[in-house]
Amino acid sequence: MADTQSKELKVREKQELASPAEQTTPGLVFTPAVDIFETEKQITLLADMPGVKSDDLTIDLRDNTLTLSANIAPVENADEEDILVEYETGRYYRQFTLGELINQENIDAKLNDGVLRLSLPKVEKATPKRITVKAG
Amino acid sequence: MIYRRFFNIPTWRFRSPWDELHRMRQQLEQMFDDTPGQRASAGVFPLINLTEDRNNYYVRAELPGVKAEELDIQATANNIAISGERKIAAEGENARYHRREREAGSFSRMIGLPGDINTDKVDAKLENGVLTVVIAKAEAAKPKQITIKS
Repeated sequence: MADTQSKELKVREKQELASPAEQTTPGLVFTPAVDIFETEKQITLLADMPGVKSDDLTIDLRDNTLTLSANIAPVENADEEDILVEYETGRYYRQFTLGELINQENIDAKLNDGVLRLSLPKVEKATPKRITVKAG
Repeated sequence: MIYRRFFNIPTWRFRSPWDELHRMRQQLEQMFDDTPGQRASAGVFPLINLTEDRNNYYVRAELPGVKAEELDIQATANNIAISGERKIAAEGENARYHRREREAGSFSRMIGLPGDINTDKVDAKLENGVLTVVIAKAEAAKPKQITIKS
């Protein structure tokens, strides 16, 4: 991993949500950047959601659809005037379809420094069994 | 009269097919320049928002997953330098990735402020992945109320 950590970070504009449905509340909506990986036991999702407090984050899983949505509180004081605006802030929203059955009771979510770490343990049945091929 | 009309016909000039493409490109570029979402960005990570009130400048940047001890902030006469590294821990040998959109790496950025600052009064805090640097303006840079004598 040393290789990826020493490189220079490039600017990446926040991705605005290309929504199929119209929003009912005003304001911008962004899709957070995520890492998703799976091990034999669980699926883990990491999402960058800067400015989100744990109270403002909603994680919803039903019928294989995982929905992340978060509101953010404005950070600026009322009497501040903009000089330079390079990024916008707004809500976060992203949906995923999960291919595996998830053990809903053991889902674990942590939010640290604006990064969500969501652990979705697989249901026992879905844990893959190694199939040995016999020579013969 | 006939002569003038003849030469004022706009299509009189010889046009190559590239002229039309060139014109289209210019129009497209103009369209994108006018888009309100387009911001003047320095193209250096991290993107920042700079605001001010009477006494302070505020520099904000979104740095999710960056720890306070991995950030270095320095102030000079009217510059703020922010540098650091964003680390993403390895997740073990048997992790198979479906998506990998988050990036790790080092960054370094210098931000020029529009006025002089008091380098002794610079506060930085990192909250939920958002960095806020509060920089006190130098006395000379603060606006002064001028009373008009009658």
